[in-house]
Amino acid sequence: MKRYESWGRYPKSVPARVLPLSWISDVPDLNGLLRPILPYGKGRSYGDCCLNDGGTLLDASGLDRFIQFDPETGVLRCEAGVTLNAILDLVVPVNWFLPVTPGTQFVTIGGAIANDVHGKNHHQAGSFGCHLLSFELLRSDKGKVLCSRECNRDLFEATIGGLGLTGLILWAEFQLKRVSGPLIDCERVRFETLEEFFELSASSDKDYEYTVAWLDCVSTDNKRRRGILFRGNHSTIPMKNSAGRPTPTLTGFYAPESLISRPTVRAFNWLYLLAQGRSSKRSTIHFGTFFYPLDRIAEWNRFYGKRGFLQYQFLVPYERKEGVTEILDLTAASREVCTLSVLKVFGRTQSLGWLSFPRPGVTLTLDFPFQGESTLLLLEQFDEVVRKYGGAVYPAKDARMSSESFQRYFPRWTEFSNFIDPCFGSDFWRRVATPRPLSQ
Amino acid sequence: MTRRVLILGATSGIAREASRCFAAEHARLFLVAREKKNLQALSDDLRVRGAESVETFAADLTDDPSHPLIISRAFAVWEGLDAALIAHGTLPDQLLAESDPALLRNSIETNYFSVVSLLMRLAKAFEEQRFGVLAVIGSVAGDRGRRSNYVYGSAKAALATFVAGLRPRLAHAKVQVVLIKPGWVSTPMTEHLAQNFLFVSAERAGREVYKAMVSPRPIVYCPWYWKWIMGFIRFIPESIFAKLNL
Repeated sequence: MKRYESWGRYPKSVPARVLPLSWISDVPDLNGLLRPILPYGKGRSYGDCCLNDGGTLLDASGLDRFIQFDPETGVLRCEAGVTLNAILDLVVPVNWFLPVTPGTQFVTIGGAIANDVHGKNHHQAGSFGCHLLSFELLRSDKGKVLCSRECNRDLFEATIGGLGLTGLILWAEFQLKRVSGPLIDCERVRFETLEEFFELSASSDKDYEYTVAWLDCVSTDNKRRRGILFRGNHSTIPMKNSAGRPTPTLTGFYAPESLISRPTVRAFNWLYLLAQGRSSKRSTIHFGTFFYPLDRIAEWNRFYGKRGFLQYQFLVPYERKEGVTEILDLTAASREVCTLSVLKVFGRTQSLGWLSFPRPGVTLTLDFPFQGESTLLLLEQFDEVVRKYGGAVYPAKDARMSSESFQRYFPRWTEFSNFIDPCFGSDFWRRVATPRPLSQ
Repeated sequence: MTRRVLILGATSGIAREASRCFAAEHARLFLVAREKKNLQALSDDLRVRGAESVETFAADLTDDPSHPLIISRAFAVWEGLDAALIAHGTLPDQLLAESDPALLRNSIETNYFSVVSLLMRLAKAFEEQRFGVLAVIGSVAGDRGRRSNYVYGSAKAALATFVAGLRPRLAHAKVQVVLIKPGWVSTPMTEHLAQNFLFVSAERAGREVYKAMVSPRPIVYCPWYWKWIMGFIRFIPESIFAKLNL
């Protein structure tokens, strides 16, 4: 039997029952299942929004069939358990690409919708939900419901970023994006301060479809925030054999907790910056190398040891971007080890989803191995800053935010809760929403 | 020339993945399975994945009077077939099968009788055609009876013996017979079992079935290391084996 845990391996949670789904036509009546119910895809969300302690998990990864693909228009319809990886295998050889992709290709379409994922092109393309045309939802109270901008628009919007709570997505249809081939023209530019990053990012966002920055988060010098900005565009150079995509060649192992410490991370970051050098570097690389560097290592989350890790992704509005500095200062002053930090400036495109995370602002992502109470305490301090600056924290990555924080970050949550399927629930939702009696 | 392939038990996990490999090379596929709705979903998927054409036929393969019709239809659509795969099967709970004669009968009928009934008819059709590949999914469980699943294993063992005799018969007609013996594969059939490191994905198993069919070999273990595992298990003397709880 498969393990059903989240990517961060924190918190631990055990469903009472797992129901693997293989065929849309065989999905049982949801009213007959043990409540609460929650759909589960590939378990790539970090915190507890994919967990359902004591309830039923609907494993939708078996709903992995394509339904329709028009190579002329680039409209693809597929079942909810199809992974981005399978879609890329199908569409890249005929010069189409995902309109938006997160940092891993091993997520399902259902999961991409439920978390309204974003990518390095947010400043131009918005989030995944912006490219969604329609989907079918199975609900315990209404049966099958077709949702799009034209019909059942409220349920359509609630489901985008709706954390799987509004019903089981059976299939979805979305618009792909035209490309010339599988290659990306990429440039890596070194920066020394955050101000420099913001200038670089602003000047890159017009001419580059994809931008994201890696930040050296363990530097002792508070003034200097060294990092590397990655910017890229789809290359016009066609490549004959598009099959050369990197696939997982290594498997992560449970590392001893001492492996990840300030000195080792500092050494890694130093080497990483050294390899980059001072100058900018241009290259034309495969999209897999550009978008999914971590996909080369299957189960890389094991490196954080058995206790797991926490990823904290927040955003603050553009005009309050001192929030980023404040949180970096808190990180530097703490005893926690920040292993990875990624910075990105979002665009102004509004997400449709009521609980969607992306909005105009600057987003920073920080990884911390879980070290117990002290890690949680630091992240709670972060939340104070994010609340103060009117920002938000990404539910897909969260395992610990308080209900007060959540309700501040996502003011439309009460409106949203009217659209939750009466039989559905999740560990995340039980934590952040005021308890609501389950209708019997 | 695109391949024309008949898939019997097309909704099984391994068959589904093998079909996807055939679809990717633009083959023409004739799918047979019990559920009409599932066949529809399957054929849509295979068309999107590149299959040149997909025909479906809903039938319960344990109902052997339906076999002649299935086979004549499959051979008629594209005037012949290049390959056929028999992939349906059931994994009964061993302990239940020990006390429930109906389950015992059903297991032997599904895993053995319905398969050889199809094989006999396919053999005749391929023999007349004088070319083709006839592939059937056996199991490593058929290599030696084990306490934990000898009902299933015995049907697969009988099947292996049947295939061993069929192969030389068809060799004269230039028809190749392939027996694929998977180990543990993660499919809906094995969902209730506790997984261990020897489990492989249905995707991998399906790809190996596909490979075994496009460049045929008589017996293919899937993955290869089961040949050595089962070789070792067969080697254990009966006196010791009787004390093991494999």
